[in-house]
Amino acid sequence: MDELRPVEMQVGILSNADGSAMVSLGKTKAIAAVYGPRELHPKHRQNNERAILQCNYVMAPFSTNERVRPGPSRRSVEISKVTREALEPALFLEDFPRTTIDVYIIVLQAHSGTRTAGINAASLALADAGVQMKDLVSAVAVGKINGNYVMDLAGKEEEVTQCDIPVAYMPRYKKLTLLQMDGDLPDKDVKNLIKLAVKGCETLYDKQRKALLGKWSKEGKV
Amino acid sequence: MKFQAQYINNLISKGSRIDGRKIDEHRKLTIEKDVIEHAEGSAKVMLGETEVIAGVKMDVGEPFPDTPNEGVLIVNAELSPLASPEFELGPPREEAIELARIVDRGIRESNCIDREKLCIKKGEKVWMLFVDIQPLNHDGNLIDASGIATIVALLNTKMPEYDGEKVNYEKKKGKLPVKEKPVPVTLAQINDKLVVDPGIDEEDVMNSRITIVTKDDRNICAIQKGGKSGFLMERVEEAIDIAVKKGKEIRKML
Repeated sequence: MDELRPVEMQVGILSNADGSAMVSLGKTKAIAAVYGPRELHPKHRQNNERAILQCNYVMAPFSTNERVRPGPSRRSVEISKVTREALEPALFLEDFPRTTIDVYIIVLQAHSGTRTAGINAASLALADAGVQMKDLVSAVAVGKINGNYVMDLAGKEEEVTQCDIPVAYMPRYKKLTLLQMDGDLPDKDVKNLIKLAVKGCETLYDKQRKALLGKWSKEGKV
Repeated sequence: MKFQAQYINNLISKGSRIDGRKIDEHRKLTIEKDVIEHAEGSAKVMLGETEVIAGVKMDVGEPFPDTPNEGVLIVNAELSPLASPEFELGPPREEAIELARIVDRGIRESNCIDREKLCIKKGEKVWMLFVDIQPLNHDGNLIDASGIATIVALLNTKMPEYDGEKVNYEKKKGKLPVKEKPVPVTLAQINDKLVVDPGIDEEDVMNSRITIVTKDDRNICAIQKGGKSGFLMERVEEAIDIAVKKGKEIRKML
């Protein structure tokens, strides 16, 4: 119940992107690419004091049983927004005025927890791109089924859970950078579940660090 | 702008606010129901100078395949430039979409509407419930104003008659079955302190915000964090406690 699904992480998998990563949580698989900091066009969108972070989350049409219609949906627009707000606290955007950092996330296979898989991958891709970061961002979703707290909701669990709480967390700063909830649950349970999610994030954080160190030691950088 | 930010920050670190409110005090809340005759339900909510109208329209349509015996709920928000110099014409941007989706989740997850009672013929015909949120003046905290306007509009929605072929909007056959009163409470985090119901000046300088939708029984049915910084766990717990308390106070006014 309080266990994560099998996790797989790969860093630096796309040669065109400045940074990239793939994360799978069980059957859920997300890939992220980072470009930048690079010049932002059109120029009137530039911010003279800081970089802007742009995130785009999409689900591949073949990622679910029923085909996902390509193009933005209301759901994907919202997830893109909360993903940006989950990653932004980890960056030093003020160090790159007038530029943009672009994060593209594609969910290749969806089996619950796609936004959290996307955030884990995006965080790795940002580090892989060499963008200075205050911390990595780790993310997981938790819920409650039949009276039990459940870590990392998977597949059908998402349909029977009393609530779905996706959380992203920066362990060094102890800050929650993504927090959403839908369901119907007493306040006490909600607090406990967020704490459970933080534990899950800490485990994922170690795996993210290992994935990065693995890649860097191969390249002789560590 | 920077002076304003400093000023607000200083005030909040001393426990006071730019408009003289307490840290956990809402602006004056005014609720007016049945403001639009042609809507099946409507409400106008004022939170200080923030003003929002929510209207409910109903129609008969096909259910979603995965919920063949449930009515359909669709929540939409239009951020017209009439309401703020920040808003622009055109298709909804992420701000409008997020607003509508937070209100939607509060209503949907609280199960405040008995959607099975909106089924006319399983798999074929159900009532569709359209909630449209129209801010008229944005002076901060559109989420709470919209959420309150929506639940009040739903509580006062009268269902039109349906004869099997056509909806007769002139005749009403009774109230929409609404069982719960979900109420959102939004808090802004400024300088690591929480303030309830941020006004526009506070929204401009806040680091982040958190919205918590509560029900009559202390249960929480939706949470949304927004903004460019994070929350410590203690702050989240504090926000939940305040939202439970404040939600109860607001619910009494509905």
